[in-house]
Amino acid sequence: YSGWTTTHKQVSSFYRWKNYWIRGVLSLAMIFGFFLIIYMGPITLILVVMSVQIKCFQEIITIGYRVYHSYELPWFRTLSWYFLICVNYFFYGETVADYFGALVQREEPLQFLARYHRFISFALYLAGFCMFVLSLVKKHYRLQFYMFAWTHVTLLIVVTQSHLVIQNLFEGMIWFIVPISIVICNDIMAYLFGFFFGRTPLIKLSPKKTWEGFIGGFFSTVVFGFILAYLLSQFQYFVCPVGYNSETNSFTIECEPSDIFVMQEYTLPAAIQNTLRWKTVNLYPFQIHSIFLSSFGSLIGPFGGFFASGFKRAFKIKDFANTIPGHGGIMDRFDCQYLMATFTHVYIASFIR
Amino acid sequence: MTELRKRGGGGGDPDSSENISDKETDGDDRLGLQGDMEGEGDGDSKADTPDVPLSSADTDNTPQCLNKALEGLPPRWKNYWIRGVLSLAMIFGFFLIIYMGPITLILVVMSVQIKCFQEIITIGYRVYHSYELPWFRTLSWYFLICVNYFFYGETVADYFGALVQREEPLQFLARYHRFISFALYLAGFCMFVLSLVKKHYRLQFYMFAWTHVTLLIVVTQSHLVIQNLFEGMIWFIVPISIVICNDIMAYLFGFFFGRTPLIKLSPKKTWEGFIGGFFSTVVFGFILAYLLSQFQYFVCPVGYNSETNSFTIECEPSDIFVMQEYTLPAAIQNTLRWKTVNLYPFQIHSIFLSSFGSLIGPFGGFFASGFKRAFKIKDFANTIPGHGGIMDRFDCQYLMATFTHVYIASFIRGPNPSKVLQQLLLLQPEQQLSIFHTLQSHLRDRGMLPAAPAHHD
Repeated sequence: YSGWTTTHKQVSSFYRWKNYWIRGVLSLAMIFGFFLIIYMGPITLILVVMSVQIKCFQEIITIGYRVYHSYELPWFRTLSWYFLICVNYFFYGETVADYFGALVQREEPLQFLARYHRFISFALYLAGFCMFVLSLVKKHYRLQFYMFAWTHVTLLIVVTQSHLVIQNLFEGMIWFIVPISIVICNDIMAYLFGFFFGRTPLIKLSPKKTWEGFIGGFFSTVVFGFILAYLLSQFQYFVCPVGYNSETNSFTIECEPSDIFVMQEYTLPAAIQNTLRWKTVNLYPFQIHSIFLSSFGSLIGPFGGFFASGFKRAFKIKDFANTIPGHGGIMDRFDCQYLMATFTHVYIASFIR
Repeated sequence: MTELRKRGGGGGDPDSSENISDKETDGDDRLGLQGDMEGEGDGDSKADTPDVPLSSADTDNTPQCLNKALEGLPPRWKNYWIRGVLSLAMIFGFFLIIYMGPITLILVVMSVQIKCFQEIITIGYRVYHSYELPWFRTLSWYFLICVNYFFYGETVADYFGALVQREEPLQFLARYHRFISFALYLAGFCMFVLSLVKKHYRLQFYMFAWTHVTLLIVVTQSHLVIQNLFEGMIWFIVPISIVICNDIMAYLFGFFFGRTPLIKLSPKKTWEGFIGGFFSTVVFGFILAYLLSQFQYFVCPVGYNSETNSFTIECEPSDIFVMQEYTLPAAIQNTLRWKTVNLYPFQIHSIFLSSFGSLIGPFGGFFASGFKRAFKIKDFANTIPGHGGIMDRFDCQYLMATFTHVYIASFIRGPNPSKVLQQLLLLQPEQQLSIFHTLQSHLRDRGMLPAAPAHHD
């Protein structure tokens, strides 16, 4: 018996370490992939955001199908994807018309589409709505309404926020990189602090989270964001709005950096002056903004993760999918990002732009 | 009640197989991974059986006076009389609030919105037996207030720009409006996450989704109605009248000539009613457009006069409300022997609005019928005797309101000069200068400005 128990312990600890290694390797792979797509430029980023959005949508809709055993409603799969295309068409049309004004003016069919964009989007949506009504089958009314609502809520969460991410990106790639890095850093730091120092549970929804991890993650993320903001503010590639050059038909990222990316001298408050014996400090104003972004990402952002945890418990699923070994589905990685993306967009609209 | 529960069906549904399949398909306890027979499942399996208590919506709510007046009549005629009297009362009420002006209209739209929201949320509570989640009632109303604050703030900031500029606190609220709205919403979101209780996760997520979908449908569209109203009261009156007329005309045509059923969802609707309603509504809309286009009170955008602190509806009517002469196509010329006809362009727009309201608008009604069948309720509530709840009267209006808004935005409204000016003034001086130069050369090319004097380089 004892021999078997020892082997069992060895085997289970082996699997635990294997699990950690897999998670670690995949984490590094994802971070490396993140750097790669940043290097490759805005178009790649937009395509990646779109792919993530489609994958998240597909994961959540698949969960809905499993919950309601509604595989046998063939119309509904088609309708869900149709609504996804409609809403994306609407949002991309609004963005494209804004940013690619010159390109749109040149082409005649594009001009027509831009002029009546809202009407066309609405007509497309209405067609889907009428198809839904006509597809109502006597035995499955409630199921179909559930799936209709499920699709719309998913669209609301996933699609609108991916477009906010893209709008942030057009403001300047730094507004894309820094928020996402903040959330990734907070995830990793909270995990590490919790692993080494974790003692007090944080919330019943996620029993693995601890107060030590939460607070340690907060402070380390603020410091990380501060340093990252300093590093990135120096390059036009990150700081300038993404523009479209109609002559060369390509994206250009060149500009006169706005004031928040120009080094300024700040007088330190008297208390810090006495301790550090510095009178002033040179900072990019963006670094101060990054403190607010980091604070939100560490303190409020995790509520997005708790929401997703509650959702998984409510529908008794372990992960949204198993696309990424050791981590679960795409949605599992991105659940904290959504609140961050919306906050960044509102922040830019209210305080920066 | 117990009998209903035993049969697992509500409303005395005779088709037992339908109940079973409904129960099965609602058996969302059986998921891919784990069989669920723990405590969490109990509340849900009970909640998902289709036995919505029909208590309030089915009881007779007619006032005593009407009951006494119609004592002698057989029940079917009594029902028709009640419906008829209430229809006339509602139409009269509609005229009354139009007479009383924009502020009353906005208040009425807001009350209708709140009542519709409350009706749909109450149905959600009944379906999911979630009365015992006290936080959730509070949260639903909180989200309603948040979304309304966001939308009203956007509208007010637009239209009452002068008023907002004067008051210091209003200026602060307007400048950071989106941030404040988002912060308020987030507070509600975090409260929801903190309120998740172990046994009721799924219920709570259902109610969260139910609330958000209701907000999406009810609140956004009531704000589209108010934005239409600000364009000019005619954009409020004509679409609503079109839907009311289509309802009544389709009913009458169906009553007298109805033979072929239209759609399985609403067995009382017939093709004769549908087509008859369509033609009569187009004619009605055409005539109504003619009648209303003549008055500034209906046609002018609602403006706010900051000196007198009141709403003013005075303007130079836009081109679509000015009588124009149209040459008839040759075919009609030969039959009627008229060469031209004098029409308001708005009458032609009204044909499109009527067509939408009669052909696509009813899908909103079918959607609501399907919803009622799905959750086995007869009416949304019984606020209006003989008609049901407020939502029952307004289900066709929603698609119409959104269509009207999109129609105005796409085909009618040009850019708003004062808005453009506002945005220009926010720019940097260098940008303003470059815009000024571009505008100057543009106007010179069109001959609006004198030509540039010779430059010395």
